[in-house]
Amino acid sequence: MTTPANLKYTKSHEWVKQEADGTVTVGITHHAQELLGDLVFVEAPAVGRTLKQGEECAVVESVKAAADVFAPLSGEVTAANAELAETPEKINQDAYSAWLFKLKPSAVGELSGLLDAAAYQAIADADKH
Amino acid sequence: MTAATLKSTPLNALHRELGARMVDFGGWNMPLHYGSQLEEHHRVRKACGMFDVSHMLAIDVRGAGSRALLAYVLANNVGRLQQPGKALYSCLLNPAGGVLDDLIVYFFAADWFRLVVNAGTADKDYAWLTAQRDAREPKVTLTARRDLAIIAVQGPQARDKVYAALPGSQAAAADLVYFSAAHMGETMLARTGYTGEDGFEIILPAAQVVSLWRQLGTLGVAAAGLGARDTLRLEAGMNLYGQDMDETTTPLETGLTWTVDLKSERDFIGRSALQKTPPARHALGLVLLDKGVMRGHQKVVTLHGDGEITSGGFGPTLERSIALARLPLAVQPGDAVQVAVRDRLLSARAVKPPFVRHGKVLVQP
Repeated sequence: MTTPANLKYTKSHEWVKQEADGTVTVGITHHAQELLGDLVFVEAPAVGRTLKQGEECAVVESVKAAADVFAPLSGEVTAANAELAETPEKINQDAYSAWLFKLKPSAVGELSGLLDAAAYQAIADADKH
Repeated sequence: MTAATLKSTPLNALHRELGARMVDFGGWNMPLHYGSQLEEHHRVRKACGMFDVSHMLAIDVRGAGSRALLAYVLANNVGRLQQPGKALYSCLLNPAGGVLDDLIVYFFAADWFRLVVNAGTADKDYAWLTAQRDAREPKVTLTARRDLAIIAVQGPQARDKVYAALPGSQAAAADLVYFSAAHMGETMLARTGYTGEDGFEIILPAAQVVSLWRQLGTLGVAAAGLGARDTLRLEAGMNLYGQDMDETTTPLETGLTWTVDLKSERDFIGRSALQKTPPARHALGLVLLDKGVMRGHQKVVTLHGDGEITSGGFGPTLERSIALARLPLAVQPGDAVQVAVRDRLLSARAVKPPFVRHGKVLVQP
C-alpha cells in the first residue's frame, strides 16, 4: 500500500489529516498495523481531554502486543471513533480511513514539524530491512 | 541474533513463498502468520490448519536400558507405556524439581522410545539426557533426529485431510486413540497436538516434508503460524515452556501436578525436592470481564495476596482476553480478581483451564 501524500506523519507511526474546519484527524499507519498484526482492542482518548505533543493518549492492542499511540500535536480531543471499540479490525482493513480521534490543535506551529509521506515511507522501508 | 545465524526448517522457503511474516523464535526463523493470525486460529477451531513445528527435536532413545533411563529422568510414569505407540506427556526435572523442559515420550518397543522436545531447550535437553545416560545406562543410545521434520495438522477436519494427503495413512492411523502413534515406513503419525483440537503430528524424513505440506495445501488445509499456535494453546490451557514454567518453577506450581508420579515407588530426578517443598502457589486461568487485553508478567491482585500472569492475550474463540496465572493457593476457580493492566486494575475471574476444547468454550466469564 502506498503512503497517502495528503497526510502528515510521525516517527511513532501516527498519521495526521488536516481538516477544512481547522481540526486534525489522527490514526495509525498501514505500516504500524502490519507490524502489530490483527488488532483486537482500541482505547481512544476521552473527548475534551487536553493533550501535549508526544503524550501517550491511546492504546491499540493486537493479538501479539500492546502499543501506545502518541499525540502527534498538542490540542484538545474533539471526537473519538467509538466504532473501533467493537471493530478494531477496521484498522487492519484500511488504516487510513479507520481514524482514532480528532484534535483541535493548540500550537499550529507543530504541524510543520511532522513528516511528509516520502519521509515516513523511508522510515517504514528502513524497518523492513 | 542476526538472520544469518538463525536456524531454519526444510519448509522455510515455502513459508516465504506463502508470504509468511517470519520471526526469530528460540533461535529459529519461523512463520508468525501468513496474513491473519486470527483467521488461522479460527480455521483450526472450525476446519483444519497446519503448522511447521520442525524446530522441535525428536530424540530417539534406543537400547535395552531405555525404559529404566526414562523412568529415572522423567517425572511422569513411563511404566504406563505398555502398548506400542502409546504416548505420555511429561516434565524433565532438575534435582531441585525445576522444569528443564516439557515433552512427549512415545513408546514403540522395549528398546525404542522417542522424545519430542522444545526447540529452545533441545540442546540443553540432549546434553542433560546424555549425562544421565552416561551415569546410569551407558549402553543406551540417544540420537538427535535433525534429519526429520514435523508438521502438526490440527482441527476437526484434520484426520480426514491427512488420510487424503498421505496414501496408506488411514489404514495405519484410523484406530489410533488420542495420545498414541503409529509408524508407516519412516513416517510417524501421532494423534497429539497443542491446540485443544483433534489432529495429528506427523514426523517424517525432512526430504518429504515440502511435498506433504503442498499436498495438504491443495486439499484446503490452511497454513498457520506460531501466532495462532500460541492463541490456540492458551485457549486449550496448555503451558508454554519458558513462559508458564522454567527451571525456577516446579510442575506442582504450574498446573502440571497430574503429570508428576508421586504414587509409585519409582525414584526420579526431582522427586525428593518436590516432596520436601510443597508448592506456595498454583496455576489457574483468568477470564477478563472488562475490556482490554491481559499480558504476561502483569500483577494479579486477589484477596489472598498477589499473583502474576504467566501467559496472557486475546482468546479469539472466546472473543475476550484470557490468561494463565500463578496465584496464591487460596484462590479458587470462580473467585473475582483484579489484573493490573497499564495504569488501572481490571476485573477478571479465576477459572479452571482449559478455556476451549474441541471447538467449544468451556468457561463462562
